[in-house]
Order: sequence, then structure tokens, then C-alpha cells
Amino acid sequence: MIGNLFTEAVLVGILASGIRLATPYLYAAIGETFSQRSGVLNLGVEGQMLIGAFAAFFVSFTTGSLWLGLLAAIISGLLMGLAMAFVSINLQAEQGISGIGFYLFGLGLSDLLFQKMLGTVETVSGFRPIYIPYLSDIPIIGDIFFNQNILVYGAYLLVVAAWFVLNKTTIGLKIKAVGESPEAADSLGVSVARVRYFTVILGGGLSGLAGASLSIALLNVFQQNMTSGLGFIAVALVYFGGWRPFAVMGGALLFSMVNSLQLWVQVLNIPIPSDFAVMMPYVLTIIALVITVQRVRPPSALTKPFERGH
Amino acid sequence: MNRKRQSEVVSKLMDALLPVFAVLAALAIGAVMLIILGANPIEAFGALLEGAFGSANALADTVVKATPLLLIGLGICISFRGNVINIGGEGQMIIGALMATALGLAFPEWPGLLMITLAMVVGFLGGAVWGGIPGALKAYFGVNEILSTIMMNAIAVQLMNFLLAGPMIDPVQAGKASKIPQTARLSNAFDLPRLIPTRLHLGALIAVILAVVVYILLWRTTLGYRIRAVGQNQDASRYAGIDVKRQVVLALLLSGAFAGLAGAIQVFGVNHRMITDGSATGFTGSAGFNGIVAALFGQLHPLGTIPASFLFGALLVGANKLQRVVQVPSAVITALNGLVVIFVVSSEIWRRRRETKRRTEATFEMEIEELHPPPAQDLTANEEGVS
Repeated sequence: MIGNLFTEAVLVGILASGIRLATPYLYAAIGETFSQRSGVLNLGVEGQMLIGAFAAFFVSFTTGSLWLGLLAAIISGLLMGLAMAFVSINLQAEQGISGIGFYLFGLGLSDLLFQKMLGTVETVSGFRPIYIPYLSDIPIIGDIFFNQNILVYGAYLLVVAAWFVLNKTTIGLKIKAVGESPEAADSLGVSVARVRYFTVILGGGLSGLAGASLSIALLNVFQQNMTSGLGFIAVALVYFGGWRPFAVMGGALLFSMVNSLQLWVQVLNIPIPSDFAVMMPYVLTIIALVITVQRVRPPSALTKPFERGH
Repeated sequence: MNRKRQSEVVSKLMDALLPVFAVLAALAIGAVMLIILGANPIEAFGALLEGAFGSANALADTVVKATPLLLIGLGICISFRGNVINIGGEGQMIIGALMATALGLAFPEWPGLLMITLAMVVGFLGGAVWGGIPGALKAYFGVNEILSTIMMNAIAVQLMNFLLAGPMIDPVQAGKASKIPQTARLSNAFDLPRLIPTRLHLGALIAVILAVVVYILLWRTTLGYRIRAVGQNQDASRYAGIDVKRQVVLALLLSGAFAGLAGAIQVFGVNHRMITDGSATGFTGSAGFNGIVAALFGQLHPLGTIPASFLFGALLVGANKLQRVVQVPSAVITALNGLVVIFVVSSEIWRRRRETKRRTEATFEMEIEELHPPPAQDLTANEEGVS
């Protein structure tokens, strides 16, 4: 039965769904990369994703417009990001703990709204794969890379954009300066608070989008706690990728491929208990963290609040 | 002088009341949420209070619900005081419960008292292992403990789902199509003794006694002193000759152990078997997270965590009534707990500011006194004035 895994159709299926499943990781982890690069650890990603997933699903379901759903997810994520920014920048709250608070808030609120406003598990017809002339027709490659929905393409474009912003623009330079040495950035006239507000709110919006990619593009349902730790894994991926967008993408792909393999193992009835298959990404995260902390250094000011005149 | 003392007392009182304000603020937002959802907040809070305190049974249920929160909260006091953020209470509670249950199922003929004692110890050890792993990873490999403990939670949940639906499944369920993931019932001899004719069991008393033990541990023993020293300043502790890595491992290990014990007590005191519903919090009821909320509300003080756990136990029990009477899903309590966490850690800024102010004033005062030592009579007069 293990042999079933090694047919062409199955391998193409595993790779194609691996590319697709990386989408939520990418949006959330790239957003988190921005906020951590500026020195803020946003642990509320999971909660922001849940709120985003619900907003996207509910608005799409009631209005019939996926685009309005997407917009709702982004706005709700931005608002959650704004709250996180205020708490960690102005009130200088311990980021590890306040993030858990935002997680619980998002978990409870999305569940509450789901039960009050939907009541039962419904489905929407989410974003469909887009046919790209010529590219989609290439055998194997076309099926793996160019038969995906718009949010998948968007996620990979976002990685390139994030690399460009962080490394080739002034705002990228400011973000990195604020995350490495806020005092120096401040003395050069950069507003530490403004830069951090920007990155944390951006991260919130992207987390909302990550939630939407689950509820209206990949799974097309909303269920309570549907992210099941995905947002926390995304935070770990930022460490794993050493705060660099392309390396973060590499980590996201590694995880989504493991996830995809795990799903196919279940589909093909290969006798590995599904509980252990589901467990794999979490075990892998811990191993990945052990390996990476040895060679990369986090931004110096990560989790450290900044106050002028100290 | 007298006025200064008074303002100091007021300032300390404000510090103590900060979490209360935080909870009131969270409740206010909760009320707004209820209004938006079309429920009457006064009616809702009334239902909540009645559900939690309305009868002897309700009150007993509140204490039963508070017990795991208190135990996990005690562990949180230890780890957070050591500046180690243990988010792994969920997983540690599960592993403790699994090991205690396995022991109870393996030796059904053992005397009750012996088994109960051993099961508590085994639960304690199971949680210690599950907390000790991320502790060692943090101390020796620099792995962020927040992330590793969250991953350990997910791993424990899958392990539980596998064991309860497979090797440890109740033989009665194994034959049925529904296959509820639960173990067989433990021998009746192993039930934790009931304190009064309600569901209230011995576990609550154990938890309260342990709160005093943890207080002594943290403030009256060398181990506690070291853990707190490392929590306040790692570099200074290192210079003072403290093995910082060892304290980090111990803080997480002990923290996990209390969560593991909570798991064992939940099985032997409440369910008498291990049972879940397939969701991540099916066995724990989110006690691993709610214990953090309770400990933060109790200002990370073991004795403060006792009333704090009682309060959050009441919220959880009251939430069931809330669901029945005003049709507000109990998920509202999870959201409220999240807000409490956010508000409590955010309000810390005022405490820090007052502390800095107190310190600068104290230094200023000392300098003045060095120049003009006050007459001795004045001092005694002040002592009387305060008391």
C-alpha cells in the first residue's frame, strides 16, 4: 500500500496540495516577520486568523461575494493588529502573555459569533483555480504550480514583495533599525512607535487574510478553532526562517508538504494511525526550532518595549 | 511624613486593585458584546451568578471547576516568577492524567488509599516530564519555551486521541460503532473521597494545601529564592553563582508537575475515567489556559491564586446556566478570559510607574534624612498615627 504513494498522479497531487496548503502559513508568517523585525512578538496571530476566517466566511456566505469576505477578513485583522499594537507599544505589556490573551479572545469571539450568527457548519463555494494560458498546460509543472486559486498566487507574490520591502526600501531599513537598535533609530529621527504600529497592524491584516485563505479558499467552511495551532506554527516558522522572507517560505513549504503527505497517507489508507500523522508538524516544529536557534540571532530588540528618554 | 505614608498605602492598594479593575473592564466589554448579540447583560450576569452560587450543588461545582485552575495556576506562579512562560498546561495536564489513569487501570485490585497516593505522584511526574522537556530545550538549546510548550500541547492531544480511541479504549466502547474515546471506569475504591454530599472532592483541599506549600517554596526556601532571582535578573544571578540553566529547567518542570497533578485529580476526583470529545480541549476544558488567567489575576501569588481560581471557576460554571437561560454560548467566557489577560498585563504599566516613583521618592527622602535626622519622638508619633 505504501507503493501507492509513488505513482505519478499521487506525487503530483501531494506537491500541488503542498503548494496550496502553504498559503495560510505564508500570509501569517510573512506578517509576523514584519512585526518581529521591528521588535514586536505578536503571539496573537492564531486569534487574528480565527477572527479573519470567520469574517471572511460569514460575509461571503451572506453576501455571496468572496471579495467582500476577503475585505472583511483584512479589516478585522487590521483592527486586531491595532489593538495588539496599542497594548504592546503604548502600554508596554509583556508580549508573550498579551498575545495569549489575544489568542483566547479570538478563539472565544469567533466561536461565539459562529454559534450565534450561523449555528451550523455551512459551506461556501470558495475561490476557484485560475487557468493561466500556456503555463497551466505544461505537463506536471502546470498541475503542481499553475492550477491554483488567486490567494495561493498572492501568497507567493507577497514573499517577493516582503523581501523587496525589507531589503530594498527605506521603510524596510527603518523597520530593521527599529528592531535592532530602537535608541539609535530614535536619535536619527525615526519614530519607533510609528514604525511598530505599521508592522503590527500590517501583520494583523495579513493574519486576517491567512484566516480567509482557510475559510474561503482551501476548506470553504468555518468551524470553531479551525486553525488548530496553525497560527502558532506560523510564528515558529519566522524563527525557523531566521526572519528572512524566502527562508520563511522554505519553512512554510516544508511544513505544508508534510501536511499534504499526511493527508494523502490517510486518503490512501496507509496503516499509520492518523493521530500520529497529525502530530508530525508539531514534532517537526520543535525539531526545527532546536536546529535553527543554533545559527540565527533574533532581532536585538525583540519583545523589548521602547520608551523615549531612557 | 504621615501624609506620605498614607499616599504610599493608597499606592500599594491601587497596585493590589489593578487586576480587579482589569476584570471590571473586561466585564464591561463583555456586557457590550452581549448587548450586540441581543441579550440583556443584567439578566445574563444574573444567570451567571445563580449558576455559580445559587445552590449548594452549584457552589460545589464551582469549587470542583476551580480545583484544576488553582493547581495549574500554582505551577504558573512558579514558572512566571522564574521568567519562564509556560503555555503548556493543557498538554502537561493530559500527560499527567494519562499516566495516572493507566496506573489505575493496570492495578484495579490495589488498596484505594495506596492507588490514590501513587496516582497523584505519577500524575505529578508525568506533568513534570512534559514540562521538563521544553525546560531543557530552553535552557540548553535556547528554544523559545512559549512556542515549544504550545507544540507539546498539540502533541499531547494527539497522543490522548490515539490512546483513548485505541490501546486504552473502554472495552464496552470498542465493540460499539460510536466508539466514544474514553477508558473504562476506574475501580470505585479509587474515587477521591467526597467532602460533603455534593460533587466536591478531596482534590480541592489538596489544591488549597499545596497553595500554602508553593508559597513556602517560593519565599522560604533556597530553591524558590533562586528561581525568583533568575526571573528578576539572569546576569546578576549568574554572578552570584546560581546555575541559571538548572533553575530554568526546574521552574518549567515544577510548573508542569502541578498541571500533571491537576490531570490526575480530574480523573480520580471527577470523571473516574479519562474521556475526551475529540476536540483539543475535550479533556481539559481549557484549564491549561484558564489556569494562566487565574494566576495572572492572583498577581502570580500562590495565595492570591486561590480566590482568583474560585472566581474563574464560577465564571465557567455560571456559563452553562448562561447558555441555557439567555442562549449565550459559553464561548463568551473564553473571549472574556482573553480580555482579562490582556487587561491585567496591560495594567502592569501603572504599577511599574508607581514603583519607579516610590523608589525615586525613597532615595530623595533618604538623602534629606541624612542631612537633617528627624527627632526620635516624631517617629513614634507616626507609628501610632498609622495604627
